[in-house]
Amino acid sequence: MSLFLIVALPFLGVVFPALLVRAGRDASASAAGTATLLALIGLLLHAPAVLRGEVITARIDWLPNLGLNANFFLDGLGLLFAGLILGIGLLIILYARYYLSREDPMGQFYAYLLLFQGAMVGIVLSDNILLLLVFWELTSLSSFLLIGYWKHLPEGRQGARMALAVTGSGGLAMIGGMLILGSIAGSYDLTEILRNKEAIQASPLYLPALILILLGCFTKSAQFPFHFWLPHAMAAPTPVSAYLHSATMVKAGLFMMARVWPVLAGTPEWFYIVATTGLATMLIGAVIALFKDDLKALLAFSTVSNLGLITMLLGFGTKMAAIAAVFHIINHAVYKAALFMTAGIVDHEAHTRDIKRLGGLRHLMPLTFTIATIAALSMAGLPTLNGFLSKEMMLAEALDTTWNGSRLVLPAIAGLAAAFTAAYSFRYIAHVFLGPKRHDYPASPHDPGPGLWLAPMFLAVLVVAIGLFSQALVGPLVKAASYAVTGGDLPEFKLKIWHGFNTALFLSFGALLTGLALLRLHGGLERGWNAMPRPEAKTIFDALLRWIAELSRTVTDRLHDGAISRYAMIFVVFTLLLAGYGYFSGTIGLPTRDVQDAPILPIIAWFCLIAATALLTFLHRNRQLALVLIGVVGLTVSMSFNYLSAPDLAMTQISVEVVTIILLLLCLNFLPKGTPVDSSLGIRVRDGVIAGAAGLGTAGLVYALMVRDFAFPTISEYHLANSKTGGGGTNVVNVILVDFRGFDTFGEIIVLGIAALVIFSLTEALLSTRVRAYLLNRKPDWPQSGDAHPLMMVVATRVMMPIALMVATYIFLRGHNLPGGGFIAGLIASIAYVMQYMASGFGWAAERQHFYYHGIIGSGVLIAAITGIGAWFNGVPFLTSDFGYFQIPPLEEFELATAMFFDLGVFLAVVGAVLLALESLSRLAWQPGMVTEHAMDINPARDDPPEAEDPAQTAVKED
Amino acid sequence: MELLLATAVGVLTASGIYLILRKRTFPVILGLSQLTYAVNVFLFASGRLAVNAPPVLNKYADVAYTDPLPQALVLTAIVISFGMTAVIVMLALAAYLSSRSDRIDMGPAPGDDA
Repeated sequence: MSLFLIVALPFLGVVFPALLVRAGRDASASAAGTATLLALIGLLLHAPAVLRGEVITARIDWLPNLGLNANFFLDGLGLLFAGLILGIGLLIILYARYYLSREDPMGQFYAYLLLFQGAMVGIVLSDNILLLLVFWELTSLSSFLLIGYWKHLPEGRQGARMALAVTGSGGLAMIGGMLILGSIAGSYDLTEILRNKEAIQASPLYLPALILILLGCFTKSAQFPFHFWLPHAMAAPTPVSAYLHSATMVKAGLFMMARVWPVLAGTPEWFYIVATTGLATMLIGAVIALFKDDLKALLAFSTVSNLGLITMLLGFGTKMAAIAAVFHIINHAVYKAALFMTAGIVDHEAHTRDIKRLGGLRHLMPLTFTIATIAALSMAGLPTLNGFLSKEMMLAEALDTTWNGSRLVLPAIAGLAAAFTAAYSFRYIAHVFLGPKRHDYPASPHDPGPGLWLAPMFLAVLVVAIGLFSQALVGPLVKAASYAVTGGDLPEFKLKIWHGFNTALFLSFGALLTGLALLRLHGGLERGWNAMPRPEAKTIFDALLRWIAELSRTVTDRLHDGAISRYAMIFVVFTLLLAGYGYFSGTIGLPTRDVQDAPILPIIAWFCLIAATALLTFLHRNRQLALVLIGVVGLTVSMSFNYLSAPDLAMTQISVEVVTIILLLLCLNFLPKGTPVDSSLGIRVRDGVIAGAAGLGTAGLVYALMVRDFAFPTISEYHLANSKTGGGGTNVVNVILVDFRGFDTFGEIIVLGIAALVIFSLTEALLSTRVRAYLLNRKPDWPQSGDAHPLMMVVATRVMMPIALMVATYIFLRGHNLPGGGFIAGLIASIAYVMQYMASGFGWAAERQHFYYHGIIGSGVLIAAITGIGAWFNGVPFLTSDFGYFQIPPLEEFELATAMFFDLGVFLAVVGAVLLALESLSRLAWQPGMVTEHAMDINPARDDPPEAEDPAQTAVKED
Repeated sequence: MELLLATAVGVLTASGIYLILRKRTFPVILGLSQLTYAVNVFLFASGRLAVNAPPVLNKYADVAYTDPLPQALVLTAIVISFGMTAVIVMLALAAYLSSRSDRIDMGPAPGDDA
């Protein structure tokens, strides 16, 4: 199976659990399980080759100019991690099916889980660090959703936010570090970077890159001092904790360290930063874990401690230590997932996770007891179980490594941490399952059904099996993964239980015995621990967060105080300053084009425009007059377009003008009819000076532009030359719109549709508030015409309607070869409809209008899209148009182009958008009793009796 | 003719900016419309001015054509600016109907000059 498919399967699977949840929770869970299982099978099919030492690759050049390629590769390390992610993922899916209650939205859960799983698989298989960073961020986001899955719990929300804040900011640092790494290596492909060890370690940017990348890894893998988010993430449902904190999320940081190990490790900086952090985290996590009463908190700190152990091993920088790290990654994932699941079972059955309220459960839950005991003993490091093997390797490595000249520091602290690890592992068994049976459990605990115990049972069997037959079961995998981590020859090694009587063995046994002793003394130690003052990470974090929020609020409030006029002024003045700087600091060449003479016509138009603009500016307080004047400006502009060889623009401008004025009139119906004087004369003069300067600058700029030739050869020649031969039309502007730059147009009709939908939903929102009552009771604030629907206008628009539609059709059809096209035709057709609204009123016209404007917009966009996609079947890129010439005998030869369908889409989208916008505005004006049966106030068809017998009755009729 | 067009663009820009700096929604909308005209004509002028040379291919005679590309760009710009105007008009209307005030500056003391 292609690596693309393996990565894609979880993402593809995201929709199914969410959709199938209606078919039942089993269907939802099996959909999630199937996607995971398929990906796992696909992965395992590659396993033999990878274990032989091959590297599977799959490459697509995505954005090669940015160095971002969709390249994936699968080596031993990738196989190990992807196997853990998918394998444990499968068990979690099974477990979660029975763990979640009926009230929990299961479809959502599996969708998030698969999203997270896909992101994780993406991280471990990416061969491009930019791609990897995308997946990395995706794990932060999807884990946020998973941790906060129980939205109703404040702890869940806070924990999710904290995890996102910590891992997200680490991710930012990671991006910086990775970019530095890529620029040193000259490539963003991991395999390429991994070959450049010397160049990277010699670079002066090595240390910044190292620190930034490690920040990302340490936050993700909860290393001290960033460990505090992990225990708070325990507010998530247990399946999430079991998944994120045993095999996946927190291991992503370890994975990254292992991935870049070949190029970054081996330097003193690496050793002291990584090994020391790991060492500190290991001890701190283990000590805190012993004093946690919440089962999951205990396991969370134990995870922190174990992650520290692995980090430390990676930090040693020796090959044997790397092997031990890889082996412990497997072992920890297996026993920790099992332990989390048993903690979940206890919580599920006893309704509490508080160790102080538990005890004696071995009689009530023998099966859970067995599983938990095996896993916990493995965590403690009891011989023959898998945890023992890697822990002993760790101790052996610690004994062999000197830290700052001392051979004692590492083994002493590691041994102490191992002792505490043994102590809290024993406590997990002793204080939960051993001891006398109690009578005050919040519920009556008993072993759950197989759905809940199958998955941890399987893992417990693995714990024993890996412990006994380590070399046979995981030896090749460890070897392949270690080979990938160290990037070279490995020392000979064999995973085995018995290494002979050596110091590491004594240290192991010493740790176990000390652990037992610590458990005996637990009560006293706990009192001491509780009496000891210690910094609470959450309080510090919250205070920091509050401080940042306060700071940004202060800054925002000062800068963004709602004085929009001032923003606009600052913007204009700043632009002017920039332009002025450009003008006065640069040089300007001589004009290269001749100025054309102006005949009388343009001069008249110029006077019209200047006069209208000047009047508008000075008389804008009279809003109706302003509308008339801006109409004059618009008309002059469209005439100028026509004069200057742009017939398409002229037609578009003039029809947009009509629609815009109607829109503004509709709006003015509600707004005050005049603008009061708000600013003093001084302010107005100041604004006038700013505006004048901007006008002067713009005029100068456009003049300078027009009297010079193009600095670079234009691409217009191409359009002129290929319009007929390539696009099949002689109206080059239209061919550009529907063919050469069809994608732009496609985007544009979507934007237009969205604008109309925004207007529609704003209207809806507005009408659902108190505004509705205000509108209904509104009295018109200017004199209304006595004849709201005049006879002449109704008749005239009825006659005009078919003519206008015919013109629109004509304009549409000829658009490809002569001025016209979908935009203009759409606007004309809209105007034809709007005339009916104006003549007979909104209610009357709406009743006779049987199409939903939303549907018209949608079908327009769809038709345009389908036309574009049709090009694919022709073997050409999206939206390439095709055309041919046809002859039907009585007619002349005519041309048909697929561009016409695209233009039809444009037409429909424009019609729908314009009408939806205007209709929405008109709905605001609706008042009861406005829908009349008749198209006009006078009913010409009425058949009044010649003489009114009862004057009262006649009066009623006329109402 | 270039001078006529350049001064027209300048006057439209000045008028647009002056109106945008007003404190009520309606003049600001008018100002935006004015500015839209100015910008569209500016873009159009970047193809240089030509009379009687529409970019419609003539198969009978070899004639000059003006630059079609700015025209196509401006055509979409005109339609988009209609969409923009419509949305802004709606926002202005919604703001006015909800707050009964058509001031655009939000401030603790309305009427204060900003």
